Amino acid sequence: MSLLEVRELTKRYGRRTAVEDLSFALDAGEILALLGPSGSGKTTTLRLIAGFERPDDGWLRLSGRLLGSPERSLPPERRGIGYVFQEYVLFPHLNVYENVAFGLRRMAARERRERTRLVLEQVGLTAFARRYPHELSGGQQQRVALARALAPEPPLVLLDEPFSSLDAALREGTRREVLGLLRRRGVGTLLVTHDQEEALAAADRIAVLREGRIEQIGSPEEVYHRPRTAFVAHFLGSTNLLSGTARGRVADTPLGPVELDRAAEGRVLLSLRPEHLELGAEGAPVVVEARSFKGHDVTLQVRGPAGSFRVQADYRLPFRPGDAARLRARERAVVLVSPAERR
Amino acid sequence: MRASPWLWLPVALAAGAVLLPLLHLLVRAVEGGEAWGTPGYLPLLARTLLLAAAVLAADVLLALPLAWLVVRTALPGRGWLAVLLVLPLALPGYALAYGLLAATGPAGVLAEVFGWAPPRPSGFVGAWIALVAYTYPYLFLNLKAALGALDPRLEEAAGSLGHGPAARFFRIVLPALKPALFGGGAIVVLHVLADFGVVSLMRYETFSYAIYLQYAALYDQERAAALALWLLGLALLVLTLEGRWLSPNRPGRTGPPAPLAPLGRLGPLAFLAVAAVPLFALALPLLPAGYWAAKLAAGWVVADLPRALGQSLSVALPAALLSVAAATPLAVLSTRHPGALAGLATRLAYLGYASPPLAFGLGYVYLSLSYLPQLYQTLPLLILVYAVHFLAEALGPLRARMLALPPRLEEAARGLGAGRLEVFLRIRWPLIRPGLLAGGLIVFLGAMKELPLAFLLAPLGFESLALAAFDYTEEANYPYAAPFVLLLALVGLGSAALIPQLEKRR
Repeated sequence: MSLLEVRELTKRYGRRTAVEDLSFALDAGEILALLGPSGSGKTTTLRLIAGFERPDDGWLRLSGRLLGSPERSLPPERRGIGYVFQEYVLFPHLNVYENVAFGLRRMAARERRERTRLVLEQVGLTAFARRYPHELSGGQQQRVALARALAPEPPLVLLDEPFSSLDAALREGTRREVLGLLRRRGVGTLLVTHDQEEALAAADRIAVLREGRIEQIGSPEEVYHRPRTAFVAHFLGSTNLLSGTARGRVADTPLGPVELDRAAEGRVLLSLRPEHLELGAEGAPVVVEARSFKGHDVTLQVRGPAGSFRVQADYRLPFRPGDAARLRARERAVVLVSPAERR
Repeated sequence: MRASPWLWLPVALAAGAVLLPLLHLLVRAVEGGEAWGTPGYLPLLARTLLLAAAVLAADVLLALPLAWLVVRTALPGRGWLAVLLVLPLALPGYALAYGLLAATGPAGVLAEVFGWAPPRPSGFVGAWIALVAYTYPYLFLNLKAALGALDPRLEEAAGSLGHGPAARFFRIVLPALKPALFGGGAIVVLHVLADFGVVSLMRYETFSYAIYLQYAALYDQERAAALALWLLGLALLVLTLEGRWLSPNRPGRTGPPAPLAPLGRLGPLAFLAVAAVPLFALALPLLPAGYWAAKLAAGWVVADLPRALGQSLSVALPAALLSVAAATPLAVLSTRHPGALAGLATRLAYLGYASPPLAFGLGYVYLSLSYLPQLYQTLPLLILVYAVHFLAEALGPLRARMLALPPRLEEAARGLGAGRLEVFLRIRWPLIRPGLLAGGLIVFLGAMKELPLAFLLAPLGFESLALAAFDYTEEANYPYAAPFVLLLALVGLGSAALIPQLEKRR
């Protein structure tokens, strides 16, 4: 049985639908990233699961217990789900220790003290226990927020862009630490983010959201290498789209015949990542338009009768803007689901 | 750039005008040493504190649910209810006392119109009702602002940590409202201490009423000074406690406001309950005064009214001008050359405003009698005392204007080749003018309604609107007091309607 089960969850604000027909499951110890642009319904999904909002349709269960449906919605204080807010939302009138102990009031005093100390130690804030939130740096506040949510030992933790207000130098280390801790404790984690790199690097699975619906859900590799739709292909990394006419595992395209990842017939829309294209002696003629050096590799923008493409090239390739070259696919192209098929 | 002596001189004069009478009062009370030995302070202290505590408690119990309903629920008409709820604070306290007295009793308006004569509330109950009716808006305003600034996600966070509605209220909402409760509570208590008209008309013997008796009937200067010092000491204690209890500034709400709780079928009921509070306070002076004023429209009072209006204007207009003239250099100094001395001068201005007027006025009475007897009970002294007492009210909008006028703006003008005078005429003047106007108007309307200072310092034969209203009410001559009360209540409401408009204007 999954830890968290979400079925056909729907939330409307007036005429606007924030979340529509959302279904997924999450296991204990698993990290699922909800990825999408702003306004795609990520935060609303978390708020529905936490119980801050009541669904208009659908239901959700935690360890088999029904938490929320349109008829019955358990208030947040009776769900036992940890929530880490984007701006941390620490209690300004309580110090670090009191913030972390806040959710432990049903415990015996001694046990509460010990638990609070232990959690503070785990996040490395023992020395700051008597400080107030406004006396802490952003990274420290972030750890207090996490400690506060983890102290009651919830089986499920919801993280709403918890790393986005940290500066880049701090972000990756904190992320590794935090998610490592959650995974070790066997806590199920839902991580809301709009940072594709964060989702790819940190999550066990990714759900890509668009306009309140799940566009695709799967492991980072699946979602990256086999995007279902043009939206997913664009949102995770960059891609080249081209149309062609498929006949089984091959399609005729402006680049010439291209192998496909699955059999198809007729008009198809294909996705080819920049690193799945190569410049060489064979293929469609193109001219290099622009070159941007990225340190570890080089991205070239090329144009030819077949159209405009972005190609990732080896740093040793000598191409410069204005050079002529030939372009071909070196991997199978991904057949995208057309928008009509999507729903 | 150093502040010029042209800024310092008026500021030092204003600061001295606040400090001297208060110090003189201290000296006077200490000199009259034996007056301290007389019994009777403790009952006065107890009654003063009891009244302040009872008013404060009622204000909190009224203002907290009102603020919550207006900010957090889908109350029908919550926008204009919020405005209506604040209006009673513009009413002079003695007008509310008048309303209570004139409506009740065997010859009251209620008896005349409906044949129903409820007993006349006097003493503690009467003072309590009248004071609550015009002080609750101070707490309401503070609590409304604090509730609106409270980040709803704090409550959500507490909810996700296992706290139900009651626990969230006591552990999150109430601590967050503490600064607003203390700040608003201090203002309420200061108003109760400063009140003279209500307790005198209701004959409830607090410090203010005892001073009034000493001054008006017994004329024991030492004892009056000692009483005034007690009153001043209480006010200073409240100010100190407020400063100590106020916690440092907390970050406000950054996200969206809290969703409005639906009231469902209770909506119309809640609307009526909320509207009833300000409507009762407003009806208190307006209906009885309106009734008597209409009945007596042709009487001799009408002839008396223009004279009283003229006398009120002859004090209020020059006081407003003088106050603004003194506030301007202080506003410039405290915003452009902030420092310990400018801070002290600003604080003194607020001290002059927060001091109970009876204490402040008595200080001036004794000061003038000791050093410049020819000034005692003259119009110029009354104007000066008004200007100093209301200095803080003129200062508020001016400081706000100056703070909204970044020094960079003036530097930019200088960089574009404008000289000092041109900068003043083209940049500073047009931008602070609304502040001058608003400050002047606030002082003017305040001086029109003011009672205790006029009572102590007015020249013989001087009968302003406020004094006439008070004297007729004192004599239980409610019909004659009516036109004065009505006019003063309208002056107050007019200021409430006008001042926010002026302050907002760019």
